[in-house]
Amino acid sequence: MSTKNASALAGKFAEIVGKDNVMTSENDRYAYSYDSAVLDPVMPGLVVRPTSSEALGRVVALCNEHGLPLTVRGAGTNLSGGTIPLLGGVVVLTNGLTRILEINEEDLYAIVEPGVVTASFAQEVARRGLFYPPDPGSQTVSTIGGNVAENAGGLRGLKYGVTKDYVMGMEFWDVEGRLIKSGSRTVKGVTGYNLHGLMVASEGTLAVFDKIILKLVPPPQAAKSMLAVFDSIAAASETVAAIIAAKIVPATLEMMDNFTIRTVDNFRRAGLPIDAAALLLIEVDGHPGQVADEAGVVERICREHRAREVKVAGDAAERNTIWQARRDALPALANLKPTCVLEDATVPRSKIPAMIAALDEISKKFQLTIGTFGHAGDGNLHPTILTDKRDKKEWLRVEKAIEEIFNQALALGGTLSGEHGIGLAKAGFLIKETGRATLDFSARLKKALDPKNILNAGKMAA
Amino acid sequence: MADIKKLAEMLKKLDDKLVSCMRCGMCQAVCPLFKETGRETDVTRGKLALLNGLAEQMLKDAKGVNEIVNRCLLCGTCQVNCPSGVQIVDIFLEARAILTGYFGLSPVKKAIFRGMLANPRFFNLLTTMGSTFQGVFTKKADELLGSSCARFNAPVVADRHFNSLATRPLRKTVGALDTPAGESGLKVAFFPGCVVDKMYPQVGEAAIAIFKHHGVGVYLPENQACCGIPVLTSGDRPTFDQLIEMNLALFADRDFDYLVTPCASCTATIKELWPHYYGGDRANLDKLAQIGKKTLDITEFIADHLLSAGDAAAAQPTTETVTYHDPCHLKNSLGITRQPRQLITAAGRTLVEMNEAGKCCGCGGSFNVAHYDISKKIGTAKADNIIASGAATVATSCPACMMQMTDMLSRRNKGLRVRHVIELYAEGLHRELVVKPQGGLPERA
Repeated sequence: MSTKNASALAGKFAEIVGKDNVMTSENDRYAYSYDSAVLDPVMPGLVVRPTSSEALGRVVALCNEHGLPLTVRGAGTNLSGGTIPLLGGVVVLTNGLTRILEINEEDLYAIVEPGVVTASFAQEVARRGLFYPPDPGSQTVSTIGGNVAENAGGLRGLKYGVTKDYVMGMEFWDVEGRLIKSGSRTVKGVTGYNLHGLMVASEGTLAVFDKIILKLVPPPQAAKSMLAVFDSIAAASETVAAIIAAKIVPATLEMMDNFTIRTVDNFRRAGLPIDAAALLLIEVDGHPGQVADEAGVVERICREHRAREVKVAGDAAERNTIWQARRDALPALANLKPTCVLEDATVPRSKIPAMIAALDEISKKFQLTIGTFGHAGDGNLHPTILTDKRDKKEWLRVEKAIEEIFNQALALGGTLSGEHGIGLAKAGFLIKETGRATLDFSARLKKALDPKNILNAGKMAA
Repeated sequence: MADIKKLAEMLKKLDDKLVSCMRCGMCQAVCPLFKETGRETDVTRGKLALLNGLAEQMLKDAKGVNEIVNRCLLCGTCQVNCPSGVQIVDIFLEARAILTGYFGLSPVKKAIFRGMLANPRFFNLLTTMGSTFQGVFTKKADELLGSSCARFNAPVVADRHFNSLATRPLRKTVGALDTPAGESGLKVAFFPGCVVDKMYPQVGEAAIAIFKHHGVGVYLPENQACCGIPVLTSGDRPTFDQLIEMNLALFADRDFDYLVTPCASCTATIKELWPHYYGGDRANLDKLAQIGKKTLDITEFIADHLLSAGDAAAAQPTTETVTYHDPCHLKNSLGITRQPRQLITAAGRTLVEMNEAGKCCGCGGSFNVAHYDISKKIGTAKADNIIASGAATVATSCPACMMQMTDMLSRRNKGLRVRHVIELYAEGLHRELVVKPQGGLPERA
């Protein structure tokens, strides 16, 4: 229905964005029917690519006028189906809106359009001697708009926070195509509702982003990386807790389980200890003096907590070897089986041993291969289920295992998703964590802001 | 045309390979085509999804998918950077064969491949005639680059600044050779490739001079056939097999240590694609595997087998700065990046790296012909990087890249030279006035 309506309006969209920026063919539409989540594709009726802020606003208004479902898409790397156009309609691409409008070195902020690629932005900021810390795994392709819509995290979450900690303000289009402004270029600002805060993690269901004001920070002057080898997960987890208890907040504090260690070593012959139960990969950064002190303390804590070996990177090459192992984790696991389901249920960091024990249980119970690695410092683990989605019987077990992972994370006081979002994949589980009242509250909010329910309908609570 | 169900069944053969793409989309970061257009159908993830959609019979427009699958440089950058290790180039080559089998070859390609490439003698004759008369159709634009502007708009020629066909191709200037191994104790079979033979004979001559200098025996037979890459990428497997067999008749059962080519695409094709995709007589497979093992890129051969420790200081240093462009077929297909750079330094030149030296020049063989507008955009980005490096010369090790860069740089009129790495190395040998032996190596004349 909406697909038919959308294609009938192709001419009207073309008047706004130009003929070349409207895609109507079956093949073009099919190419925007999926994202990185392991879910079935759904074809949109048409795809439009606005190249100016004004055109973006008019596209939103036109969709609303005709009640056409609208799904905004950046790089389409979403892991929860947030960019799949569930009801067809119009996919609006942001990769025609890629300007960095301002990088202010005096007031430490930047203003960008939503289609700016995260890593290019971070690189440009670094060139000016500043730092934009959020580094989601997909940063070389992901967009700032997508990062904000999903509240993307990354390896530096523990010390530097996640995307939400860098959004100072925003301009966005409401469904009627009116430009809404929230936040400011100043560190302080209490003018009106914190609407830009509401936009973070809204997964494209409340408004369409036009410009984002991001906070920048000075970069750390020094960093030191190390790799600690443990014979038990418990010892590794206790080490994590002890580091934090010692009032040290590493920039990154990552863990890999035995299965992941073996897979990574097999992938690159990196010389990892394949008999180890767990590895911690740690980096402290900051002022050189502080880094030297903290690295010493972290090393001592590791040893006190039964690390059988601690390797401290002596130079850039050794540092790179350590982080290459972490970067290899997902590719190495993904190479084992055709389908790789990457979960991100998150628990308070003290519950990591319990969560890893539960994952072990789940893998045995459902006869599945699960490799676990992730951000131990913030409790955000990535249990990765390796399967073949064509094997229907196994796939049923995978679905059950995912549900069990969610249940375990919630039972441990954790949350469904640390950084991948709810989207389609976890929409059905939201009520378990938040309850009916929360869902109703969200639905009322959605209805008030988007009465025709055109914005990414079917996602999250909407 | 057979029914679409049958096509879907044929594509189903690729299912095991297609399923390993997890749609992570990381190819968006490296695809030169996607960088220009921003369209999902131009990036690998989109193309693999479409092939899957066609195989699953979710799509009806097979012709459109065929066009999309052919709109790719096959540079292989996505494959090298793919987190899940998808065999992307293999999938595309297989898919093109299936789709070409289904839709048939275009009349133009059929005429070129089956009428011309599969008849080396005729191809040679035709291009010799072409070179005699080309002055009528083209005028010299940038003398330094040796490129020519077309005087009129022929459909393929358009406004390209292309190199003239050589008035005397390599097969005329050098002819057939069969010389014994000299002081190096090595003998090579030399496969110049069509572009070197017909457009850049000076590159072939440089190779022969280098072999002579180092005392390398050369086997250079007449009437070598095309390596087959344009045919394979167009999905024309019967002609591909035919071309391989013609070359096999010349090279199999001959006595040589290495088969050496100055063309990155020919090297990758002979080494990797011949043994993998040959569909003819099974008895030939062993021969192809043997030849594949012996095949080396010429820079790899010189750097790893001829260049001794003393040669680094051999050539008199010049003030010429050179930047190097990595051909996709060397860097992505064979992982060769060190040796060509080593030869530039050995030639006494100062090597300066350009930005994105390993990014495709946008030629992509027949991609350049079918999609000249995008090819030009990608090539312009390459030209920008070359110019920004400040080098006086850009060197590479693939004649197809040379053609593309000549075209792109000639438009800019910056007076930059485009050379093959071995041309520089050969010049270095001539300039070799004082040889400073190192590590007790004997002094050379």
